[in-house]
Order: sequence, then C-alpha cells, then structure tokens
Amino acid sequence: MKSSSLITRLMAGTTGPVIVVCLAIIALWYVGAFFLNAPFAREALARADEAYTFSDLLQRTMNEERPVLPSPHQVAREIYETTVLKKPTSNRSLIFHSWVTLSSTLLGFLMGTALGIVLAVAIVHSRTLSRSLMPWVIASQTIPILAIAPMIIVVLASIGLTGLFPKSIISTYLSFFPVTVGMVKGLRAPDPIHLDLMRTYSASQAQVFWKLRWPSSMPYLFASMKVAIAIALVGAIVGELPTGAVAGLGARLLTGSYYGQTVQIWSALIAAAVIAATLVTIVGIANRAVLARMGQSE
Amino acid sequence: MKAGAPQLLYPAAAIALVALVLRASLDGPSVMATVLAVAAGLLVLAGLVSLWRPRWQLLLTGVAAHAAVYILLAELPEIAGRAGLGFWCLVIAAWLTAWAFVQSLSEMRTEGRAASRLFGVIIPALFGIWCLILWELIVRGFAVPAVILPAPSAVWERILASIPILWADFQQTFIKAVLTGYAIGCLSGFAVAILADRIPFLRRGLLPIGNLVSALPIVGIAPIMVMWFGFDWPSKAAVVVVMTFFPMLVNTVAGLAASGAQERDLMRTYAANYWQTLLRLRLPAALPFIFNALKINSTLALIGAIVAEFFGTPIVGMGFRISTEVGRLAIDMVWAEIAVAALAGSAFYGLVSVVERMFTFWHPSYRS
Repeated sequence: MKSSSLITRLMAGTTGPVIVVCLAIIALWYVGAFFLNAPFAREALARADEAYTFSDLLQRTMNEERPVLPSPHQVAREIYETTVLKKPTSNRSLIFHSWVTLSSTLLGFLMGTALGIVLAVAIVHSRTLSRSLMPWVIASQTIPILAIAPMIIVVLASIGLTGLFPKSIISTYLSFFPVTVGMVKGLRAPDPIHLDLMRTYSASQAQVFWKLRWPSSMPYLFASMKVAIAIALVGAIVGELPTGAVAGLGARLLTGSYYGQTVQIWSALIAAAVIAATLVTIVGIANRAVLARMGQSE
Repeated sequence: MKAGAPQLLYPAAAIALVALVLRASLDGPSVMATVLAVAAGLLVLAGLVSLWRPRWQLLLTGVAAHAAVYILLAELPEIAGRAGLGFWCLVIAAWLTAWAFVQSLSEMRTEGRAASRLFGVIIPALFGIWCLILWELIVRGFAVPAVILPAPSAVWERILASIPILWADFQQTFIKAVLTGYAIGCLSGFAVAILADRIPFLRRGLLPIGNLVSALPIVGIAPIMVMWFGFDWPSKAAVVVVMTFFPMLVNTVAGLAASGAQERDLMRTYAANYWQTLLRLRLPAALPFIFNALKINSTLALIGAIVAEFFGTPIVGMGFRISTEVGRLAIDMVWAEIAVAALAGSAFYGLVSVVERMFTFWHPSYRS
C-alpha cells in the first residue's frame, strides 16, 4: 500500500516523469544503437561465414569497436576508464581535458561578466552611449559570433598569444552580450518612485547606484549569468577546434571525428553536458543564496 | 547635464591646435604645411565658435568633424604606415568633436514618432560609421599587417571581388542547411509541445529535461551528425534541427500556459472543446513566446550550421570557407564571410521580428 502511494506521489510531481522520460531516452538509445549498427554487424557476421543467431547480432551491435551509435554502456565504460582508471594528469584522461575546457570557460566567463557589467553601467549613465551603442549590442546578438572563433585563435597565435587566453577571449566575447543586455535592463528596473525617493534624500549618483540600482539588478544579473556561462562553455569548446586539437573537450570531439572514435566523441559530449549542467546549477544556487540574503525570494 | 557636450570641445580644439606644429608623417613636414592644416583649422574653429555661440554647436561640430575626417581619409594613402603624431592628434580631435556632435544630437528633444524613430536610426548609424572610420584610420595609419586585421576598405574590395564564391557559400550554408533545419526543428518542437500539452505527464517529464538541454553545448553533436548524414548539407541541417528543437519546445509549452484562467473559463462556458480552445485562445496567447523562440532559433541556426562545417564539408559553405581561409591567413576573406554571415543573421532576425509585429500587434509592448 505504502509503496504504491509513494509511486503515485512521485508521478504527481516532476521527479517521476523526468525519471520515466530519461529511462525512455536510454531505451530509445539502445534501440537506435541496434538498428544503426545492425547493417555493419550483419555484414561482418556474414563475412565470418558461420550461421549466427539474433542474440549474436544483438551482442555484436552493442559492442562494436567503432559503432555508428555506441550503446550507453559502452559510453559509460569509456567514461569510467578515462576518469577513474587514468591519472588526471595524463592526456588520455577525460578529467584532464575537461579541466582544460573548464578553466578557459571560467576565465572567459569572469572576464565577460565583468566587461558586461562595466559596459551596462556606462550605458545606463550616459545617454549618448545608450542611444548609440545599445542598438549595436542588441544587433550583435543576431550575428553568428561563433564564426569568428577560429580567426581569433589564429590571429592571436600570430602575435604570440597561445594557450588559455585566446580561448577565453572567445568565451568572454560570447558571454558579455547577454550580461550587458540583462544588466542594462536590471539597472533600469527600479521604479521611478524609488528613484524619486532617492532624489528627495539628495542621494548622489554613486549612492543611487549602490543602494538602489545595483540591488534591484541582481535577479537580472543572475538570469543573464546563467545564459552567459552556458554560452561561455560553447565558446571554449569551439575555440579548441582550430588549435590543431591539442587538449580540451573540443579537441576530443575533433580527434574523435577524424579517427572515427565515436565512443570518444560521445563521452566528451557527456562530459560537456555534465559540466554545463553543473555550472548552470551553481549559478542557480548562488542566485537563490543572494536573493535570500537580500530578503527576496523567487 | 547640459554642460556635457561643450566640455569635450575644449580638449578637441586644444589637441587640434597642438597638432598644427607636429609632424603629419614620421619623416615629412609639420601638419601646418600640408592639406591637413585645413582639417585642423576646421576643428579648432568649430570648437571655439560653438563654445562662444552654443546655438551653432550641432551644425558646426557635425560639419567640422566629418569634413576633417574626410580630409584625413583622403590624405591617408600618402602617409600610410608612417603617420606622425600630428596625424594622430587630428584623429583624436576629430573623434572628440564627432562625439560632442552625437552627444548634442542625442540630447536634442524630438517631437513626434517619425522624428524620434529617425534619430533612433541616425545615432547608432553614426556610431557604427565612426567605428569603421577609426578602424580604417588606425589599421592603415599604423600599417597593421593584413594577417592580423585588414582595413574595412580591403574587406569591402574582397567582397566585391569574390561575390560568386560568397553567393555559393551562402546558398550552401544558409539556404540549404539553415532554412531546412530551422523549419524542421521549429515545426517538430512545436508539434512535441502540443503533444506535451495534451499529456500532462509528458509535459512534467519533458520540460525540466528541455530546460537542461537548452543550456548544453549542442554544437558538440556536429561530428556525430557529419558521421551519420555525410559531408553535405543534410548533416548541418540535422545539427540545426537539434539546436532549434528545444528552445521551441520549452517556449511553446510556457506560452500555452500563458492564457488567463478567466479566458479559459469563458471558453468553457462556450462549451469549446480542446482544439477550439487551443486555436482560438491559447495559441494566440502563446504567440509572443513562440516568436521569442523563433528569434532565438534564427541566431542559433546560423551558428549551428557554421560550426558544424568546421567538422567537414564539401568544398563550399561559410564555415568551410572561414576555417580554410584562416588556415591560408587570408583574413580579409574571413572578414568578408563574417560580414555576409552578420548580414544574413540580422536580416533573418529582422524578418522574424516583422512577422512577429504583424501577428502580435495586440501585445502591450507594441501598443505603447
């Protein structure tokens, strides 16, 4: 009785459905792996010139060396082998590559957020800037900025800058736009009544900023930081593509696609997904903590 | 606040005055002996007269700044690469004067909607043009190697010289990959959203996952898609489909919940069934959300297609061109390709916005 009520409670919330959908995705993944790998496996078995059963075929599709679609347990095994069994300093370790990508993501995200906030403060306080620069900031969102990533890498390399910095430049570039747009909105969010109140206190511009505009922009800052950190990770991964695939998750994707190592591609993808989810969650937790500290709740 | 603009004119006039005695080029005569003296004179005159008679400031600064910069650009070929301190002082003075001009423009009171809309175009356009001018002056004045940063004029020449290549790339990437993928991705996202709306269980399960996936670096699936669908455009379209699917799903589901309880009750009193309520009430109410997704996707689609081409293409396409020309250090061609991508992206976004305005004219954000 009790267990059934637990199940109904689970299914009524979001946890149950999410688990069911996740299981369905994994099941679909297995089915897909079977059908996508079957033609090749059938051919290979036929070449071996022995009678084979369905279970042989199934066995083979699930454990192909270079499958079209690796099965989930292959990816899981690869991730386990490259994280737990390899030393984190070895360049075959997924942790090593994830760290390379994560460090340039974080550096780029910090620089991008700082730049975005500074730009937003300038735009909010200067009418000229707000009328001349702001339309460009908005228009620049419609431009596929990621396309210039390879150029930035090569150009910076030609003037002697390599390694972490050029990649984080791309992350910076990608992540400062959402922060600027969000912060301009946030810094303008205070009610005119509150601004008038500050005036009656004869508050200086700096006081208005620190005591009214800055606090009221916090929800906007965190909302745009969530977007910014996700896009900073994309920037870091794409930034690793043209460097000749030295290190990082982007390099893993590229070498995987060169040498047909699908299992490696999928494990790099999963690692990227885990990093993205973790980063966004951390920003979300910080958001809740700051808002709670300020006496606001979502 | 009124004092803001003239304050910039003191340093502008002073710098222009100082420039007169400095060298125009590293080994040439001083500015006073060249045509640049006219530019300096104009800047000094405009600064002084508008400080004396503020009423004329708008006209004088505008004319002086643009005439001066025209002279600077005309003289540029003579002194390219060996520009002297005098030249740079004039550049700074012209820029400060132009800034004062834009400042007084943006502080002007506009009457009527047409005028304010015109100003809304002119001011950012001036800003953009001045950015291009400064870029041109700095790159050619310092003779920055074209490998690092080509001048806008060089990029423009490259665009004109390689229109057939650019057009072929545009067709391959935008018309084939982006538009196909965008249409399939948005439509399937929409269809699944309707399905999720019919089945609440599916909605509760899919929505958190959709939100999570929206934050994931989906471009990473590009190598897999290239492996599955081959080197040509279908693999790029597949990446675009996956990238555009989730924003559409999440936004449509949110939009379908946007209609008010009162209106839904009203539909009930009309004995409207599910589909009638959906078509007459909930979809129209969801339109702002759906268009938001369409706008987000218009940018994502182009990014997805270009990045997917970094992983392998036939020998045509914007992403392919960018990565190979970067390898050959033909950076002007890369910039030409980026200009086309920017233009295509903005035009696509603009088109979606126009359609949005036509369909959601009732929304408060357009009626004010």
